[in-house]
Amino acid sequence: MKMNSILETGVTDCHPASAPDYTPIEQLRELQLERLRAVVARAWRQVELFRARMDERGLAPEAIHSPEDIAKLPFTEKSDLRDTYPFGLFASPMKDVVRLHVSSGTTGKPIVVAYTKEDLDVWTSVMVRCFAGCGLHQGDIVQNAYGYGLFTGGLGAHYGAEALGATVVPTSGGNADRQIMLMKDFGVTAICCTPTYFLHLIERAGELGVDMKELPLRAGVFGAEPWTEFMRWHIESASRVEAFDIYGLSEIIGPGVACECRRHQGLHIFEDRFYPEIVDPATGAPLPDGTEGELVLTTLSKQAMPMIRYRTRDITMIMPGQCECGRTLRRMGRIGRRSDDMLIIRGVNVFPSQVEAALLQIEGTLPHYQIILTREQGLDQMEVQVEVTPHMFNDKIGALQGLHQRLQGALDHVLGIRVRVALVEAHTIERSQGKAKRVIDRRAS
Amino acid sequence: MKIHQISLFAENKPGHIAAPVRLLAQEGIDIRSMYLADTQAYGILRMIVSDWQKAARVLEAHEFIVKVTEVLAVEVPDHPGGLSDVLVALEGTGINIEYMYGFPYPVGDQAILIFRFADPDAAIAHLQSAGIYLLASDELLKR
Repeated sequence: MKMNSILETGVTDCHPASAPDYTPIEQLRELQLERLRAVVARAWRQVELFRARMDERGLAPEAIHSPEDIAKLPFTEKSDLRDTYPFGLFASPMKDVVRLHVSSGTTGKPIVVAYTKEDLDVWTSVMVRCFAGCGLHQGDIVQNAYGYGLFTGGLGAHYGAEALGATVVPTSGGNADRQIMLMKDFGVTAICCTPTYFLHLIERAGELGVDMKELPLRAGVFGAEPWTEFMRWHIESASRVEAFDIYGLSEIIGPGVACECRRHQGLHIFEDRFYPEIVDPATGAPLPDGTEGELVLTTLSKQAMPMIRYRTRDITMIMPGQCECGRTLRRMGRIGRRSDDMLIIRGVNVFPSQVEAALLQIEGTLPHYQIILTREQGLDQMEVQVEVTPHMFNDKIGALQGLHQRLQGALDHVLGIRVRVALVEAHTIERSQGKAKRVIDRRAS
Repeated sequence: MKIHQISLFAENKPGHIAAPVRLLAQEGIDIRSMYLADTQAYGILRMIVSDWQKAARVLEAHEFIVKVTEVLAVEVPDHPGGLSDVLVALEGTGINIEYMYGFPYPVGDQAILIFRFADPDAAIAHLQSAGIYLLASDELLKR
């Protein structure tokens, strides 16, 4: 029946694993409610911290009568995972846990996430749905340049691509020259990595005399860090890659919480597995679809480590209306920023993504840049270092000064504060092998 | 007539000019003329070298940002009025000098002026018709 409804919508790039993407909305809401009640009951039975918080509010798992009742439940924060390190939030005995992943914390202890066999199957199924939505299928050769190991990106994408029936080249991160060589020699058709790493590969390929446009590479599944429409434009004009934004986080499952389809109008959230809410980051109050706020996620079928109302710190919105692709899954907007990324400079809120937007506006391509924060005589100073590219460089000093002034003007305008712009020599800013290090904050010392 | 000039971007910090110059020396490339246009924070090092293609290749391989532009080399007598004759030849032609710099000959009383024009072909035509001698690349490097 599900397949029939797919046929009626005229979808042509459909994979059988994508069937749940097209569940009729009423049926989807019923399924969500059923799974929500089960996961809340499980967490209440098995996880002490959750039960204590429910008791404080005088709530029992039976209080959930509709999906909207979720707003009554307490939030889970990243600090809860740290405070209960390592196994405090597990809802399954260790004998049922078949995998542990660890997410590095920039401060303090790391966090641990656990999976039962069933959890891994769900994870793989959502990754298959991501890839299928990107138009990939058996016959594709997928180079997986997400890091393998404790990070969820590598193994998550790996098992998903294998289950799809694609050929997987598990390169993991690093060694750009070998990545490019294998891509070329194997006729790789799709790549998974962070968008900044792919920009690095494009740059390196150019240096090695490899024209990305002549490779059969046609799809890129990019995630694990926020990126912009302009980066998509840059990637798609420097290669034949159709760039897809994928979203996920270890605390919820890893990659595969949401992904773009070929319409590229938002990321479909796999709502049958993850229940999304948008809340006001300051008050925690629920916000309607179409309003920007913090994404809060509840795992609907996680066994080993259910997450109830997890505060992602990612700022986005749930897009109203249905996608032209026919999926009934709601979409979220691209993550442009995190409430964590926000820098407060002389009392003004600044996001690194704003700096990026200003640079793109002037240059048309994204040069490598870094934000350096210092404190001089008690006052915050922000310097944006921009690497001079061959495209920007000019032998006339006036032209360089003009560029400098345009960059300065655009940054001042976008950020609303005075920043210092420094043009620096090529390759002097550290290149990303994984997530980009865009901000160096030296204000603490 | 047109001479290939190498320009590279350098931050205004100690050692940032030495590095490319040392690199060219190691490769046996002779620097015929060198000029630094700078601001407080950065500068542009402009050079005319014995083998511009090799120099560009070597510098780029070492991750310098290099631009090759065509300039003209004019030989003028090294005494008052020498430059003025050249400028007079261009007066009223609408030809704009983007920048220029000069250096003396090691011997004799001639100086060489390097000109960067927006339209070098038009400049060549006007200068030659005014009887001003333009050095060819091999001539400049030989002296």
